[in-house]
Amino acid sequence: MPGVDASITTAVVFDRGGLDALIAALKAKGFHVVGPRVADDAVVYADLDAASDLPAGWGDEQEGGRYRLTRRKDGALFGYTSGVQGWKRHLYPPRQKLFAARRDGQGFAILPPDPPAAPLALIGVRACELAAIAKQAKVFGDRDFADPGYQGRLASAFVVAVECGEAGGTCFCAAMGTGPAVETGFDIKMVEVIDKARHVFVATAGSAAGAKVLDGLKAPAAAEADKAAAAARVAKAAKQAKTLDAKAAARLKEHPDHARWDDVARRCMTCGNCTMVCPTCFCTTVEDTTDLKGEHAERWRNWDSCFTIDFSYIHGGAIRTEVKSRYRQWITHKLSTWHDQFGSSGCVGCGRCITWCPVGIDITAEATAITEGARKAAAGGSKKAATSGGKGR
Amino acid sequence: MSAHAKDPMLPRPFRVEKVKRELSDTFTMELVPAEGGGFSFAAGQFNMLYVFGIGEVPISISGDPGEHERLVHTTRAVGKVSGALDALKVGDVIGVRGPYGIPWPVEAAFGRDLVFVAGGVGLAPLRPAIYQAMANRERFGKVMVLYGARTPEDILFKKEIERWRGRFDMDVAVTVDRATGKWGGNVGVVTNLVAKGGFDPQNTTAFVCGPEVMMRYAAQALEKKGVGRGSIFVSMERNMKCGVGLCGHCQWGTHFVCKDGPVFRYDSIADLFSIREL
Ligand SMILES: Cc1cc2nc3c(=O)[nH]c(=O)nc-3n(C[C@H](O)[C@H](O)[C@H](O)COP(=O)(O)OP(=O)(O)OC[C@H]3O[C@@H](n4cnc5c(N)ncnc54)[C@H](O)[C@@H]3O)c2cc1C
Ligand code: SF4
Ligand code: SF4
Ligand code: FES
Repeated sequence: MPGVDASITTAVVFDRGGLDALIAALKAKGFHVVGPRVADDAVVYADLDAASDLPAGWGDEQEGGRYRLTRRKDGALFGYTSGVQGWKRHLYPPRQKLFAARRDGQGFAILPPDPPAAPLALIGVRACELAAIAKQAKVFGDRDFADPGYQGRLASAFVVAVECGEAGGTCFCAAMGTGPAVETGFDIKMVEVIDKARHVFVATAGSAAGAKVLDGLKAPAAAEADKAAAAARVAKAAKQAKTLDAKAAARLKEHPDHARWDDVARRCMTCGNCTMVCPTCFCTTVEDTTDLKGEHAERWRNWDSCFTIDFSYIHGGAIRTEVKSRYRQWITHKLSTWHDQFGSSGCVGCGRCITWCPVGIDITAEATAITEGARKAAAGGSKKAATSGGKGR
Repeated sequence: MSAHAKDPMLPRPFRVEKVKRELSDTFTMELVPAEGGGFSFAAGQFNMLYVFGIGEVPISISGDPGEHERLVHTTRAVGKVSGALDALKVGDVIGVRGPYGIPWPVEAAFGRDLVFVAGGVGLAPLRPAIYQAMANRERFGKVMVLYGARTPEDILFKKEIERWRGRFDMDVAVTVDRATGKWGGNVGVVTNLVAKGGFDPQNTTAFVCGPEVMMRYAAQALEKKGVGRGSIFVSMERNMKCGVGLCGHCQWGTHFVCKDGPVFRYDSIADLFSIREL
């Protein structure tokens, strides 16, 4: 994936046909094209054949513990907020083979790895999702040991970002400084502009590869009016109902004994939904398998969740047995200790963990109660919690 | 950033050259690289040991860091993978990834008294540092080994401890929680040995390894004696699935125990010790 080249800034404009041509061009280049489409009553990021696979005319409603697809009148292709899971599913799949080995006398031989999959083209990446990808890239490669799988998939990926035109009900990217404007980390950036006269995409390149693909579309340069319309849409998306004082939240680790942890523990079911939808959560476990004869063995790396008891198991018993210590680990890591480890918050404000929590626990409300209203919440926290937690049921 | 660097999750094959039973459930393996070459490590580091088809576990290196031909591990069989390690025979091959982690700062303790406080199988991860200290004996003041085991039958490296005890340049004290048979030595927790002193607290570095509660009490006892928090080091244990900072399992507060530890300076983690279920 590219850095931004300042010299490539000419915006072009094309319609739905141009978008089809873009997808076709990427396929012709050998990319495995992935983007938003509707499946199981939700928008998910899956294989795309053509622009006709995109969720035309679908929007969504999201709030704590609630997600619904809605029909839009404007026919927008990117009129939903974001997919259920982020791009992590593709860049760091839920199940990855680490290696396969064959028994060989008293020893074993590690078999050659599977040939690398086709490079990914990601269509419709939001600003918060670009930030999440950058955060995971840091986890999987910034320190002494890199994950070559993640780094390889990211380096070969072609990224088409689409800026948001409106924020969803659980979004708080503006507070986390990750969106809604797309600034870096893309090959092509698009804004979908819909008004009475037209339905077009205003696109700019963010890399040489992106510029080449855009050139191939032979699309006309965008007019000033197009650019202004695009900017107005992003400005609208910056108005968000939810917010978080990210600086205060960074100090969560200073409150391990706050009474609010007991309170949230009474609501949390430790289902792990939040960790499964979070685009930055990176924890994995390993699974060993053998064939019946014990001649062929494989090691797989699977997504894991810090909400399971086994996660912290060591001989003699798990470290985090209580719900409160597992919830505390999750959000303290995300909002606070991530700063110590990787130099930023681990949260991009995408809101998924709020939407997909079956009891509507809201990370912004919990973090605020603990860090800001420290003493107040300790005394009267449960009353407030009942309102914030009971919403989505 | 090296985009296609070597995959840190791929093990290197090592052949079992020798197995020695230490205790009923504890054994020491000597391993050599199956494809030739040597192995270098620093005292206190660990490896991820992979048994074909069964799994992989973190085990500290218990051999001499001055020796590069053989890799030595001492393991207590407590479950699936450690049990499978226990079942290995000479000639069998296992996978090794490592060495990983922050070592005991032996050289930083030059010129000082060096006190080793060990509990149970915790003596194994300390042994490389003891070897290194004794190979540089003239650079230290006193070298003391304070060791606590459950019963006399649980004393690890018994012959070697006896040899150490016979030396004039080493102070060795052993205690057991519960005396059995003809035991005529100390009975009680290892912190009692710390309380007896015999080292110059202002000028002492202490390396502590054992169960977490034991380390907490030992560190407190050392502090009470006057050893500074910045001169006490402990080796932590957490669930580890990767050993290299990728799987997230070993997190303890801000730390990845696999990469920021397992050896920690006490003043950097003393606060964490007191937080339940962190
Ligand atoms: C840095 C480090 C160094 C260690 N050095 C030694 C040593 O020198 N000698 C020794 O006997 N033991 C050592 N241990 C402990 C050893 O790793 C565990 O006893 C071992 O993982 C148990 O695995 P099992 O599959 O046999 O047990 P099970 O009970 O079947 O465990 C299942 C899984 O849980 C995890 N697990 C269980 N216990 C532990 C544990 N204590 N620490 C980390 N993960 C665990 C492992 O992933 C294991 O595969 C060390 C642990 C760490 C973290
Ligand atoms: S913690 Fe929640 S809001 Fe933050 S990045 Fe993860 S899923 Fe999105
Ligand atoms: S916070 Fe919500 S989504 Fe996360 S584990 Fe608890 S109940 Fe599940
Ligand atoms: S053991 Fe995987 S991150 Fe430390």
